[in-house]
Amino acid sequence: MTNVIGQLGAWAVMRIQEMGRMLLFVLSAFAWLMRPPFRFHQIMKQLHFIGYRSTFVVVLTAGFTGMVLALQGYYSLRKFGSEGLLGSAVALSMIRELGPVLAALMVTARAGSAMTAEIGIMRITEQIDALDTMAINPRQYLIAPKLVAGILGVPLLVAIFDVVGIYGGSLVGVDLLGVSEGAYWNSVESAVEWKDVYGGILKSVCFGLIVSWVCCYKGFYTRQSAEGLGSATTEAVVLSSVLILVGDYVLTSVLL
Amino acid sequence: MIKLVGVEKTLGGQPVLQGIDLSIPVGKLTTIIGGSGSGKSVLLKHMIGLMQPDRGEVWVGDIEISRLSGTPLNNVRKQFAMLFQGAALFDSLSVFENVAFPLREKLRMKGPEVGRRVEEKLEEVGLAGMGHKFPAELSGGMRKRAGLARALVMEPEIILFDEPTTGLDPLMAKSIHDLIVTTHRRLGFTAVMVSHEIPEIFGISDWVAMLRKGKITLMATAAEFQRTTDPEIQEFISVGGTVALPGSLVG
Repeated sequence: MTNVIGQLGAWAVMRIQEMGRMLLFVLSAFAWLMRPPFRFHQIMKQLHFIGYRSTFVVVLTAGFTGMVLALQGYYSLRKFGSEGLLGSAVALSMIRELGPVLAALMVTARAGSAMTAEIGIMRITEQIDALDTMAINPRQYLIAPKLVAGILGVPLLVAIFDVVGIYGGSLVGVDLLGVSEGAYWNSVESAVEWKDVYGGILKSVCFGLIVSWVCCYKGFYTRQSAEGLGSATTEAVVLSSVLILVGDYVLTSVLL
Repeated sequence: MIKLVGVEKTLGGQPVLQGIDLSIPVGKLTTIIGGSGSGKSVLLKHMIGLMQPDRGEVWVGDIEISRLSGTPLNNVRKQFAMLFQGAALFDSLSVFENVAFPLREKLRMKGPEVGRRVEEKLEEVGLAGMGHKFPAELSGGMRKRAGLARALVMEPEIILFDEPTTGLDPLMAKSIHDLIVTTHRRLGFTAVMVSHEIPEIFGISDWVAMLRKGKITLMATAAEFQRTTDPEIQEFISVGGTVALPGSLVG
């Protein structure tokens, strides 16, 4: 019994130590971000990787999400004779919840896992040590640009997600199911308020930070083996996804 | 220039360094030898602050670096360059960009001067015209040469070599050793090398140190080292220089 409690205690202590290390990791990266040299080129490169190159998968996800939302929403609303509210149902779902969460999950799966793998391989092949020996801080050179790119890129992708999702909804609702086009877009305009939009933006900024923070951390502290790298990539994606979902609940309860 | 005093280090519960006392002579090529897993690379990493000792001191000049971090440590590291076991070239950059990297990042150098210095170093290491290739397209020996060019391009005062010839065939290993010796004699930097290559290292090193059971058991000039009467050291260096023929009994 004592052994079990001891093991549980050791596990808890390890988790708390890891949480502390993660926090120190991101704080030191942000601290180094404020010091010259300012790596604008690196930030733009990461923004291209995280943002631009995730656009296709985000557009694809958004389109089909909007379409299936319209399909499901139409038949539910029709029971109450409220098909005209389909636009507001799709738009509010997208802007408040589905846009930030699904876009962040897609970025995690695509760019987040790649970041973990890239940094993990650099750790295993001593490229990060090589940066240290050249008196170049790896947190400043490698990590900080990725954090900034995540914070800037994910909200932009969420905006694209929302627009494409709402249009996807109109494609199904208006063109396929016969909802009045005027009614659809009128309900979008009347239902969506500024607080919905900034709530979505706030969530997307937080989720962008979570994705880049967790994925960079896991890669930076990868164990020196192929198995270690595999575990790190899996853990990064799982932890980011869980934190996005938990964070969504916390932020929603704060914003409402 | 580099001095370790009573350095101890435990990794994963195992004591690796158990009281290292070592002074590296300035301007000379010092090789550290020892069995596999004896802590040679760990010792090397302490010299440049990539690892911190659990106890003891690491001096670079008149600065004690074992408790340094951030900018003060980076200032000390400006004297150093290091050639890692796998060369540690940046995968996403070409050979040219790898060698130019310290010039652009540390010296903020731009323009044709960068190209001139990089091409000069690539030529010195026998990689002229290879600047456009990426590390994945290079053989092991070529990667080591590119890593050496990157280490030399800043003209450092101290260069650390972590098993520079491991994994290379004997001819390639000899060419790397020759390159290290030639550049060392020409530029006069302080070189610290970790190597398994016995007896080759006795031909290229000024000083040799033996790391055994976490301590430096002997440090001497290459000639004196080979004349040691310590039976364990003699066995180590004689086995390293012996080739077993079929049907023959060694020792």
